[in-house]
Amino acid sequence: MPYLGSEDAVRELRRALSNPNVQSDQLRYRNTVLKAIRAMSQGVDVSDLFSEMVKACATVDIVQKKLVYVFLCSYATLNPELSLLVINTLRKDCQDPNPMVRSLALRNMTNLRLPSLVEYVEQPLAAGLRDRAACVRRVAVLGWAKLHNLQPDAEIDAAVVNELYGLLRDPDPVVMVNCLRALEEILKKEGGVAINKPITHHLLNRLKESDVWGQCEVLRILQRYHPQSEDELFDILSLLDASLVSPHPPVMAATLGLFLGLCSGLPAVSLAALERVRGPLLAACGSTSRETRFTALCHIQLLLRSLPGLMGAHYKRFFCGYAEPAYIKQRKMQVLVELVNDENVAMLLDELKGYCTDVNPETAQAAISAIGRIGRSYSDRCLEILTGLLGLKQEHITSAVVQTMCDLVWVCPQCSDTVCSALEGCEEMLQDSQGRQALLWLLAAYGERVSSAPYTLEGFIDRVRSEASLGVKMELLTTTMRLFLCRPSETQDMLGRLLHYCIEEEMDMCVRDQALLYYRLLHCGIEETHKVLHGQRSDPSLGVLIGRPAEPINQWAYSFNTLEPLRQAGVETEPASRGSPEHVTFDPKPNTDLSDTLNCSQIEKVNLAGSDGASGFTCSSAKVLAPLSLSLSPALSPEEFEHLWMQRHAEQGAEKLEEEEEDYVCLEERIQFPAIPPCSPQSLQAAMQLVNIQTLAFTPPHTLPWRVYLYTHTHHAHYGSTLVIGELLYIGEASRRVAAVKKGMEDGDVVEGEQEAGLSGRALVRKDGREEEVEVTLKQQPRDDNALKGFLSILTTVLHTLSSESS
Amino acid sequence: MISQVFILSSQGDHLIYKDFRGEAGSDVVSVFYEKVTALTGDQPPVVMSHGDLHFVHVRQGGLYWVATTTSPGSSPFTIIEFLNRFSALVKDYCGSLSEKSVQMNFALIYELLDEVVDYGYIQTTSSDVLKNFIQTEAVSSKPFSLFDLSNVGFFGAETQQSKVAPSSAASRPIQSSREQGGRSEIFLDVIERMSVVIGSKGVVLKADVEGEVRVKCFMPSCSEMRIGLNEEFSIGKSQLRGYGAAVRVDECRFHQNVHLDEFHSNRVLRLCPSQGEQTVMQYQLSDDLPSAPPFRLFPTIERDSGGRLLMYLKLRCDLPSKSAAINVCATIPVPKGSVSLSQELSSPDQSAELKLQNRAIDWKIPRFIGGTQLSALFKLEVSGLSPSSLMEVGPVVLVFELPQLTVSGLQIRFLRLSPVQPAPSQRWIRYVTHSDSYILRL
Repeated sequence: MPYLGSEDAVRELRRALSNPNVQSDQLRYRNTVLKAIRAMSQGVDVSDLFSEMVKACATVDIVQKKLVYVFLCSYATLNPELSLLVINTLRKDCQDPNPMVRSLALRNMTNLRLPSLVEYVEQPLAAGLRDRAACVRRVAVLGWAKLHNLQPDAEIDAAVVNELYGLLRDPDPVVMVNCLRALEEILKKEGGVAINKPITHHLLNRLKESDVWGQCEVLRILQRYHPQSEDELFDILSLLDASLVSPHPPVMAATLGLFLGLCSGLPAVSLAALERVRGPLLAACGSTSRETRFTALCHIQLLLRSLPGLMGAHYKRFFCGYAEPAYIKQRKMQVLVELVNDENVAMLLDELKGYCTDVNPETAQAAISAIGRIGRSYSDRCLEILTGLLGLKQEHITSAVVQTMCDLVWVCPQCSDTVCSALEGCEEMLQDSQGRQALLWLLAAYGERVSSAPYTLEGFIDRVRSEASLGVKMELLTTTMRLFLCRPSETQDMLGRLLHYCIEEEMDMCVRDQALLYYRLLHCGIEETHKVLHGQRSDPSLGVLIGRPAEPINQWAYSFNTLEPLRQAGVETEPASRGSPEHVTFDPKPNTDLSDTLNCSQIEKVNLAGSDGASGFTCSSAKVLAPLSLSLSPALSPEEFEHLWMQRHAEQGAEKLEEEEEDYVCLEERIQFPAIPPCSPQSLQAAMQLVNIQTLAFTPPHTLPWRVYLYTHTHHAHYGSTLVIGELLYIGEASRRVAAVKKGMEDGDVVEGEQEAGLSGRALVRKDGREEEVEVTLKQQPRDDNALKGFLSILTTVLHTLSSESS
Repeated sequence: MISQVFILSSQGDHLIYKDFRGEAGSDVVSVFYEKVTALTGDQPPVVMSHGDLHFVHVRQGGLYWVATTTSPGSSPFTIIEFLNRFSALVKDYCGSLSEKSVQMNFALIYELLDEVVDYGYIQTTSSDVLKNFIQTEAVSSKPFSLFDLSNVGFFGAETQQSKVAPSSAASRPIQSSREQGGRSEIFLDVIERMSVVIGSKGVVLKADVEGEVRVKCFMPSCSEMRIGLNEEFSIGKSQLRGYGAAVRVDECRFHQNVHLDEFHSNRVLRLCPSQGEQTVMQYQLSDDLPSAPPFRLFPTIERDSGGRLLMYLKLRCDLPSKSAAINVCATIPVPKGSVSLSQELSSPDQSAELKLQNRAIDWKIPRFIGGTQLSALFKLEVSGLSPSSLMEVGPVVLVFELPQLTVSGLQIRFLRLSPVQPAPSQRWIRYVTHSDSYILRL
């Protein structure tokens, strides 16, 4: 810290240093030098003392010599001329009988970093390479590297390089390793030191003589070696096996890095090596140094990408300690999420639940989102915890829970009922913009099921003037639009107010443009608006259903044991998962329509009341659906299924007109599902099972017609449970046209309700298109229309997600 | 390779700065401090970047120990291990690790750095090698005084971070022994850290012990030392256990200088200790502790009619009656709107305090004798108490020290030095167990 009197202090020091009385008293002289260095390390500019310090260098007191050298090396570049004066003393010291003095002089001679002095340094350096004392040779070897980097363009002295290669056989291991380092720098342009078979074997044989640091360096450089035969490779590997389980994390990491490099063509060996380092890595995770612990955690995350089961049995080692800093806790939670399985899920969730009330809000939020991640596979348990947390009525917790739920329904649409019922009353607790954005998104996607959605929105719209966050405003616009589509009568007025505000008063261009866009869209009629705004409610990639595949090791091996894994905010951070519906549209067509719309230049107030298209469209879906859950019990055997199916089929054939009996309903529906041919039975089955639909029989893929039979039980809060059995049928391109026409004629009979009519109408329109559809025939017993609709929507979601994944 | 090394105080004062490769200027020191203090809670601070320069740092003794490097391919394990080792060396040479001791001994630290790293390459960190090169005498940062002694705990453990700080006897510079006529002493410490999670029904969900055997040597010449462990010491789960008194660990790692030829037959470690502190052996034991965890909690928590939260906590210490836990502190998280606390504690030496910014009650028990039970009744005023507020109470965290005790049961049978030292050499064997994280769920 430069202080005010620094100039005085320097003047004072100079006076003392040039005082002959001080110079004659060794202790006083040394203390004065000490003061100068202290001032220097505190940031005071003491470069003016350079000439005095040069004089102070000529002393027999080694401590003082060392101090002066610290000073000189720091300021030599500022005083190249005066530095010449030091060289004489240094060269004299290089002849000193004491090896410590020789090495000191040699090291500082090369540390001055002055190209003008190179000619004076070369000779003592060359002598240093042949010195008797190892400590002088160590310094001399590195000295050549320093010299080379001072004049990177100068020609490389072949004699020196040869001598350095020769010194690889030096009895002192540090000299050997320094030779490697120096050659690596000097020969950088040629790709570094030559690593051939004799050198490799020499280095490997002497590995044990070096200390931890030397071993790491050798192992790193050996990564360039390519064994000539598989036998040689395995000899090397078995030689290194002990280092792989070294108690020193640096050696263990360097060895594993070398293993992964050597075995890049042998994945099985690499995987075995990963298993082997599990112990040392876990030990590093329990190290007293939190930085080592953090590094180990980051690398464990890398390993888990290829070997997800690696740490499964040791999940308790990743429980957070009370006093650990937040960044370690967060990494541990990320690892815990990866380790979850059927046996430990209860323990893990219990532990994570404890972190949710942590005093540190970041830790609490990380814990909540970790629970959300586990919820993708164990949704019921996790939703229970999450809804419980809402009861705490704490701002940061509620916000994190709503955001997590938002992410969760995006990948697990079957959770939506619980989420919708939990949303009531959250909005007062949400203070931050991310939380409110998430709430708005949920209202947009599931607004028809949250009875209080219009009131919540109204609150938002009333406060829009004081809303600071751009994101919230944009989301609010979209949500109001989408809610208007499904609940027009309740939202019409507030949509008008919001659009008016956003277009007339809003200062932000983005919000205004978006509002204008929606406004013009409404002009094009409610059908078009619906097409544009009808977005996906679930993740198109749906990766969790199939489970994350193990990555090949080569994907991350290059970054192992580098700074990269530590710098990333987290391996698990996903790209923004929820797209706002206006960014993702199902049908490519509306885009072209939209551009037409934008061409119309006239802007006028839309006649909101005149949207008669909407009323028919939404009447059925405006009914608030009570939560519907599916289950597989009691199980249905294939024989029973066949019996039921045939029985119903016969009935259907016989009494086609009397289909609406008391306890039984049959429904036929088409769902866009372009992925049939590539869709494998396994992924379909996995996807169905996740939402508790059991598939009983398949035709093999790529056969036509393609059929799937499935069943489930629906449980309804008020109406009890029903059995649903169904068939998915895809008849292929050729026969489709005929079938579609036939179906069209039957539509009137089979399908009931306006929504279905509308949908099959659309299906008819598209029958010439590229869309491929499956026919779904569902039979339900006893009859429950709402449950059947709920089931159909779940089925549709699953098929959509599957198809967009495979496309 | 390392480009620069610097040490900063927690206030950002530059204590030590050394540039090895001239790749960046000294202004990056301030850049580092700005970056590290501006981090938000969820950003990991260990590695940070500024242009092409990467900062790697550790915190030891309340100081920032920073290394910079220009190559992103540098091994983080190596750099972090080096910084830790370097701070341990500084501690050995200066006696203790603090802003003051680093400031007073800066010449010594420059000298150390000069020998330890050359041109960014780590040369050696062995104190045996270094002692031939280091000339500067350490300046003891604290003159000896009775007042200091009273401040230091039995094992000097005041905080989580410096939990293995040696007692005042061992915190002296290793080299002062030469001239100040310091006694030639050797300290052998067995230090264990427990991390335990006990579920709400008293089931032990997790119990891990990480242990270390450390030697701190103040002897100028000591050729060989033999450490005898329990004879019934076994490693791994598969080995047969003896009759009752066996000591078992899951994994065990030794310092590379330890000779294990007598280990398999007699459980004797042989080594030639170098001056200063070194870890001879590290071991860990999970889930299968030989004895019950030392503390159990029996809580009763309810809301009373006046909207107060009543917590009746009984804490039992299951240690053998001749041992005791010291500096026990139970931290009980409380609901958000807590306002005030009234307490009834079972003995006068205990104390309890409501820490509002931590949202927790700290219940302190200076000494807790094995086999006894203590209780506390806390009445808490909470504004806006709701049934779900109870979810915010807990888990209880215990911090404690168990002197003269190892949870694993590891004991040192003997410590012999050979050749037999000329008279005044003292050998100290100390045991201590710390709580790393002792969590009792409610």
